[in-house]
Amino acid sequence: MSVASQDTAIRTGRVTRTLIYLVLLLFALFYLLPLYVMVVNSVKPLSEITGGGMMNLPEVFTLEPWAKAWSSAQIGVEPTGLAPYFWNSIKMVVPAVAISTVLGALNGYVLTKWRFKYDTIVFGLILFACFIPFQIVLIPMAKMLGIMGIAGTTWGLVLVHVVYGIGFTTLYFRNYYAVFPTELIRAAQIDGAGFFQIFWRILLPSSGPIAVVSIIWQFTNIWNDFLFGASFAGADSQPMTVALNNLVQASHGVKEYNVHFAGAILAALPTLLVYIVAGRYFVRGLMAGSVKG
Amino acid sequence: MAMSANADFKTRLQTWLPKLVLSPSLAMVLVFVYGFILFSVYLSFTDSRLLPSFGWVGWENYSKLWRLSHWEISLKNMGVFALLYIGICTVLGLSLAIFLDQKIRAEGLIRTIYLYPMALSFIVTGTAWKWFLDPGIGLENVMQSWGWVNFEFDWIKNRDFAIYTVVLAAVWQTSGFVMAMFLAGLRGIDNEILKAAQMDGASNWNLYRRIIIPQLRPAFLSAFVILSHLAIKTFDLVIALTGGGPGRATELPATFMYSYTFSRNQMGIGAASATIMLMTIAAIMIPYLYAELREKK
Repeated sequence: MSVASQDTAIRTGRVTRTLIYLVLLLFALFYLLPLYVMVVNSVKPLSEITGGGMMNLPEVFTLEPWAKAWSSAQIGVEPTGLAPYFWNSIKMVVPAVAISTVLGALNGYVLTKWRFKYDTIVFGLILFACFIPFQIVLIPMAKMLGIMGIAGTTWGLVLVHVVYGIGFTTLYFRNYYAVFPTELIRAAQIDGAGFFQIFWRILLPSSGPIAVVSIIWQFTNIWNDFLFGASFAGADSQPMTVALNNLVQASHGVKEYNVHFAGAILAALPTLLVYIVAGRYFVRGLMAGSVKG
Repeated sequence: MAMSANADFKTRLQTWLPKLVLSPSLAMVLVFVYGFILFSVYLSFTDSRLLPSFGWVGWENYSKLWRLSHWEISLKNMGVFALLYIGICTVLGLSLAIFLDQKIRAEGLIRTIYLYPMALSFIVTGTAWKWFLDPGIGLENVMQSWGWVNFEFDWIKNRDFAIYTVVLAAVWQTSGFVMAMFLAGLRGIDNEILKAAQMDGASNWNLYRRIIIPQLRPAFLSAFVILSHLAIKTFDLVIALTGGGPGRATELPATFMYSYTFSRNQMGIGAASATIMLMTIAAIMIPYLYAELREKK
């Protein structure tokens, strides 16, 4: 009698189980393959790759491709490496994540605890915004950023990411706060607590799990964005993804695959780290938010 | 007197505060989403080329668009891509979830491995697969250097097969995520029903076919909605992997829109294609969101 187990308890024979493990292992290899290719080829000299040794471990170990990708590879016209673009991405991601998460929390709070007529419609309007193909806003957004005087700047990109991110952050916080006992809010109101006091003292202290979800989600999406970066960034605000693409697609000179792979890992590292360190909190927080009230 | 006026103001403020706090977000969404949608749709009926212009041309951009072979190719590619991408991700995600649900050792580790591609940028994914599939240095070259001299694998450079490499990379990126959705669904199924069915002597196959999979309906629906929405938006992956080529073999509506709007100076046609993309997504998302929101009330 396995009480605690949540697994679907079907009886399987030994052969079936071996086959299942085999299939699972095979797919684990499939998912790891590109990572393996990127890592091993980022630490070997170019000649080892072009000579047909892409799958081999490096014969000569070198960190030069990493150094080159980071600080001296030709990107666009300047041989700056990816470093400045990495910082561009950081400067864009941090404020965009912070602002969209705070707004999402406040929106979720209002939409669940201060309900008003048509609040579901308002939420529906905000939510649908998550799913539009962004092609439909590219042209007017370019014009608007020009009018506001922030075209081609990091702040312009921050604005874009906040606007198209609040749909998801609002969704997360709304679902999470929906199951938060409203009686506590009413009791605090009777005791004379105001709108912000209730938020600050009662809801916020227990918002940790969903804040983690919102931050991870926004961080990953904004860091990985390419479309907005390619459309709206100026020469000195281009994010990492755009720079990596420019590095890989450059048509002049010898294709330095090892540098490309090192650059790709550099672009992937922040989100990969977040996933490995905080991934389990993401799933846990999502589960907490998805319990329907 | 002053006290009560002050108190009055305070209560009024308290009743308005929630709406006041919500209003900046709502205003942003109304302007930057719905206002912009209207603007783009309007542009699709104008003679805009390099810059927005407001000369009304009626349905001309749309009729031009549907006569363009470039657009036709993008749509055909979209059809092939979406069908295979959604189909393979669903079948693979469900199968892996079912396998992983059999009290597997090291389940946590396997899940982490299956899911990590989701954390990567499509540009990274595209770069990795681009060089791995490149016949000059990638798989073909490796197999030949290992002794299979006649091994050929040039799909990424082949007009007839390049679209399948986009499917491969996209499936690699998202199938783990679909697996996680189905796994969550499987874990939510009541074990008692299963035990009862097993007592009745149902085979494993029938157990899944008749009892378990039908109960995963919500997971199927969410997977379909998320995958179709991702498929229509696919842009960066194509840019990084094939750049739309060889020729136009991997052009999709999103890349079509981008090149017509920003490099070919045909903004009116670009806006028309964006409008069609929006309509397609709306046709899938609105019924879904409507049902979800009603249910939660």
